Amino acid sequence: MIVEGLSVRFLVRGAEVRAVTDASFELKPGRLLALVGESGCGKSVLASALLGLLPGNAEVRGSARLNGLDVLAADEKTLATRVRGRMVGLVPQSAVTHLTPVRTARSQLKEAVRALKPEQDVDELAVRVGLEPELLDRYPHELSGGMAQRVAIAMALAGDPPIILADEPTSGLDRPLVDRTMDLLAGLAEEGRAVLLITHDLAAARRSATDLAVMYASRLVELGAAAEVFADPLHPYTSGLLGALPEGGFRPIPGHPPELTHLPDGCAFRPRCPVSDTCTDDPSLARHGDRLVACRRPC
Amino acid sequence: MLSGTGLVAGYRKGVPVLSNVDIQVERGAVLGLAGPSGCGKSTLAKVLTLLHEPWAGRVELDGEVVRRFRHAAPRAERTAIGVVFQQPRLSVDPRFTLREIIVEPLAANGFPAQIGELAERVGLTGDLLGRRPHEVSDGQLQRACLARALALRPRYLVCDEMTAMLDASTTAALVGVVQEEVGAAGTGVLAISHDEALLGVWADRVQRWA
Repeated sequence: MIVEGLSVRFLVRGAEVRAVTDASFELKPGRLLALVGESGCGKSVLASALLGLLPGNAEVRGSARLNGLDVLAADEKTLATRVRGRMVGLVPQSAVTHLTPVRTARSQLKEAVRALKPEQDVDELAVRVGLEPELLDRYPHELSGGMAQRVAIAMALAGDPPIILADEPTSGLDRPLVDRTMDLLAGLAEEGRAVLLITHDLAAARRSATDLAVMYASRLVELGAAAEVFADPLHPYTSGLLGALPEGGFRPIPGHPPELTHLPDGCAFRPRCPVSDTCTDDPSLARHGDRLVACRRPC
Repeated sequence: MLSGTGLVAGYRKGVPVLSNVDIQVERGAVLGLAGPSGCGKSTLAKVLTLLHEPWAGRVELDGEVVRRFRHAAPRAERTAIGVVFQQPRLSVDPRFTLREIIVEPLAANGFPAQIGELAERVGLTGDLLGRRPHEVSDGQLQRACLARALALRPRYLVCDEMTAMLDASTTAALVGVVQEEVGAAGTGVLAISHDEALLGVWADRVQRWA
């Protein structure tokens, strides 16, 4: 899927919220792109846009093309019959609350399979995500967080979509379960799917991502191969995030992210930037070697 | 010292969540507690903050055995122990502004409801203090919850997965505030987390549960 110039704005009580500004990137088969950033930076809105799940007051610009179809321009019928579950499978945040509490995991998974790809075997799907098929007979409250997460991943795979979109799939899980979920998502990429992982957990991203996109105040500020970005961040914000990790120095970035209703001109990171607070020129991504960086004075 | 000896606790009859647990939280130091989901860490947090009465065993606060829990706990004991939970949204009254959230313990205990330097210490500024929980991010709300926990200058602070929902930068900032309190006021901290890397830089020693 090729996403070009994606912008999302909301009008709330007369104020304009710029949730996503001019995002361009590609989701490629066999790759896992992790989109990281602080809470409230617009990550989840970006994900919702790709599934046509934005509320009615959203104004969307740009395109997201897959097999000749622009998902952003598609009408509800196309989204429902061709996109959701079939082109793009969603692994939700908080799997337990995503499942219907009054039905067993099996009955929900069966329904998804029946609607999307009836020839698939439900037990086989469970095994593929590392879930014992007997567990499918349980109700959601009888499943642990990790088991429910695997049921949710199995549901995302029901329609065998080429793209998997995982929105904070590991929040609330403990580290071994985070690692397991990450390995499972990495496995889906290795099978030839394109995976977009949205997370604030840098350790999780480091474990499984092949590519990394860093988002700050509605814009992508750095995009490149994950190993390279982790080893040598070029944007001061990326550098600040990595420096805040326990193993990176444990130094917080001073200040707060700006309000999406009051973004400063030019570089939105300017007020917190240790390098320069005078960058008022165009903050869009520019090429630095193999990397795309939205900084005129990269570290 | 805040300690638990031979603690047994649970919610349903015959199904103990904690069985025979010993723990000692010393003043001026951070004890880390690590373990997988469901091993009873949060139940221990509730017992040590006097929010849940153990079935057996003893909680001692600076040498005094705690005899009453929950609403019956004496004010002096309750207010000596602060707590920050994992999910800030479930820990605040949605009708309060951040300022009201932070000063509530002061007001409830007969102190002037002045926010003083508390807000500044956790990195909350003027405009944010006037907002309600739905108008701020998880990180900003957790900052308010930490300020609230510190408002009465507790001798002990229990942080139950305080940073699990937060990004790296906010995590480092909030842990920094707790560390200042440990250094300046000699607060004893129990830091419950499943993040070993975090406990590695935060805790003076770590107790691990299987």
